[in-house]
Amino acid sequence: MIEKKCQKILNTYHTENGSVISILQDMQEVFGYIREDAVEWFSAKLNIPASSFFGVATFYSQFYLKPRGKNIVTACCGTACHVKGSEAIINRMRADLAVAVGEDTTADGQFTLETVACVGACSIAPVVIVNKKIFGGVTPEKSSGILKDYEKNSKG
Amino acid sequence: MAGQTKTRPGTRKVSRAGKKAKATTASRSKAQSGVQAVKDLTIKVCMGTGGLAAGSQDVIDEFAAQLRVCGITADIVKKCVNKTGCRGFCAKDVLVEITLDGETAVYQLVTPDKVSRIVQEHILGGDPVEQWLVGPEYHAFHDKQTKILLKQCGQIDPEDINAYIEIGGYEGVKKALSQTPFEVIEEVKSSGLRGRGGAGFPTGLKWEFCSMSSEAVRYIICNADEGDPGAFMDRAIIEGNPHSVLEGMIIGGYAIGAKEGYIYIRAEYPLAVGRLEIAIEQAKKRGFLGKNVLRSGYDFEIRIKQGAGAFVCGEASALMRSIEGKRGMPRAKLWRSAVKGLWDKPTVLNNVETFANIPLIILNGAEWYRGFGTERSTGTKVFALTGKMKNTGLIEVPMGMTLREMIFDIGGGMTGKNTLKAVQTGGPSGGCIPARHLDLPVDFDSLASVGSMMGSGSMVVVDQTTCMVDLAKFFITFTQHESCGKCVPCRIGTKRMLETLTRITEGRGREDDIDLLIELGNDIKNASLCGLGQSAPNPILSTIEFFREEYEAHIKYGRCPANVCKSLRQYLISPEACKMCGKCSRVCPSGAIKWEPRHTAELDKTKCVKCGACYDACPFNAIM
Repeated sequence: MIEKKCQKILNTYHTENGSVISILQDMQEVFGYIREDAVEWFSAKLNIPASSFFGVATFYSQFYLKPRGKNIVTACCGTACHVKGSEAIINRMRADLAVAVGEDTTADGQFTLETVACVGACSIAPVVIVNKKIFGGVTPEKSSGILKDYEKNSKG
Repeated sequence: MAGQTKTRPGTRKVSRAGKKAKATTASRSKAQSGVQAVKDLTIKVCMGTGGLAAGSQDVIDEFAAQLRVCGITADIVKKCVNKTGCRGFCAKDVLVEITLDGETAVYQLVTPDKVSRIVQEHILGGDPVEQWLVGPEYHAFHDKQTKILLKQCGQIDPEDINAYIEIGGYEGVKKALSQTPFEVIEEVKSSGLRGRGGAGFPTGLKWEFCSMSSEAVRYIICNADEGDPGAFMDRAIIEGNPHSVLEGMIIGGYAIGAKEGYIYIRAEYPLAVGRLEIAIEQAKKRGFLGKNVLRSGYDFEIRIKQGAGAFVCGEASALMRSIEGKRGMPRAKLWRSAVKGLWDKPTVLNNVETFANIPLIILNGAEWYRGFGTERSTGTKVFALTGKMKNTGLIEVPMGMTLREMIFDIGGGMTGKNTLKAVQTGGPSGGCIPARHLDLPVDFDSLASVGSMMGSGSMVVVDQTTCMVDLAKFFITFTQHESCGKCVPCRIGTKRMLETLTRITEGRGREDDIDLLIELGNDIKNASLCGLGQSAPNPILSTIEFFREEYEAHIKYGRCPANVCKSLRQYLISPEACKMCGKCSRVCPSGAIKWEPRHTAELDKTKCVKCGACYDACPFNAIM
């Protein structure tokens, strides 16, 4: 099962140099996170030590070693968002979703709450992104509303 | 397949819009006769990231649907309804520009439900809907700018190479290819163009170093890893006019003798990545890229590499390691990238905006380019103007304009009643410039003279409600997190700075903390390996220099003048406002809030750790 998907990724890249990052990006796209067994499969195929893959995966913030929630909520913490109150929004969303301290995914696996340094949409700060849809000019009240809409959708 | 998915939502919209149209049957006959006039119609909808977030996709779909209802055929609709990149004035998105028989009108804050009236009254009736047109601030915002790079962003369809060619695109490549590489480099050198990525190194010189290499294989890289929080110039240029960047790279590649180019772009910019992919594909088909570019015998390919979320990869040598598929860690500058760069081959790395300048310089000449800006900083610069101002957005001005002109004339001044306190430029590598330096001309050298830097061009305006110590802490938290960990001064130094700032903002500051921060800051600047560490202390050192009294208020009096630092606040629960929901009690980490169903919450001040979680969680503003 994994082999088939991994082979498909490998076919895209086998000719190029320096494809560790691209392979990991595709792996995450396919599996949702960096799977240990998939890394080992690539490591054996390409004769690159698994440690190189994990070295890269832990260096870049884009890669996740744990499965993530069904809905990805990304709060921007850029400078413009920060001075316009992104921290209060994040705290509100953490409270609304009841994400446990030290975790970023809800217990039921519905939501993952994460922060990002800047999405470059500073002119409409503060910004929250849910599943790639961008919301600008967010306030704590609005953020509660946005999450409620997604909660309804994922249950219904 | 792609065609099918496109038409489906369209047809749905037509039927919905069809019902609306029935109500206005009176205008139907007018509509039919309007078809003729509509041939001279262009509708431009702003579809950058800002526009899309404001719902521009729905607006453009609605325009297409409404026009089709009026009996205008699909191919004419396709021809006259255009998506464009960012116009810069994102505060009033969605912006729609309608040109009818040579007359242009711009609408602001357009939503799908406004479209029907605009179509009926303006496009068919010939009378613009006055109340929705842009106001004087739109014109003030644009009139003071000098747009050469952003001129086409917001005018042409970024996903159509023909639109770029029509306005003279790729003429620069043609001209460059008719010259020798040496002549091209000389032109760029004499234009005085300095790299727009932050450090301001002369671009022509960089190219010259690389062109003199004895190695045959060379690379040219476009740095689109715009990681500075608060910056989005590069994103807007790529989203609005991707071909100008490709053209700059082709000319650069030809000048230094590179056959391969890379664009290293953040994965956080999916729209920009998509538009670049389309642009590269189109340029290949037209023969601007690939084997034998425009039958000149020069081969050039461009590949896109997506970054994976590491700020340090904006640093040249780290970026190259990342393209090689490794951990993005900088190396010591024993040799220049122009000698040993990507895969140890001579490499030129320039920023997006730098490349976008190149075709203009080649086409119009160095003399023309030097006509903009100051003697030592030529040309224009794009800035991302954000923060507590009225007209936030993207602006392009000649180098040397003062901060005051940018913020008050173009930006329209501050929002609300608050006064300007400082301007943060250059992101985490730059510093805070206080209000009294507002008449400082903005160029590479004068910003450096007040302890800030140009950086890539982010400009965040802050008012009295921003705590400078907290802002400094925000930046050092960022750089500390993004430090790659290779060299000690940056890895441990920024950690110690963060600890010191944290204790100051929590009211545990010590008398000598300010001196400690200054000493640490200077050591980190002097001893770090790469630009990240060397500039990381800037936000702290500049806020200490200009806002020392705020640090002292935190340390000596346990008071945050801006009332931002949570630990220095006192929390109270208002029994009148409390709706007994219990949210505060659930988020409280120290069990300081007592609550039972149908009882107002009570705060035990002896247990409170002043984390502020309850304050943020309360939906009724009952916690003060």
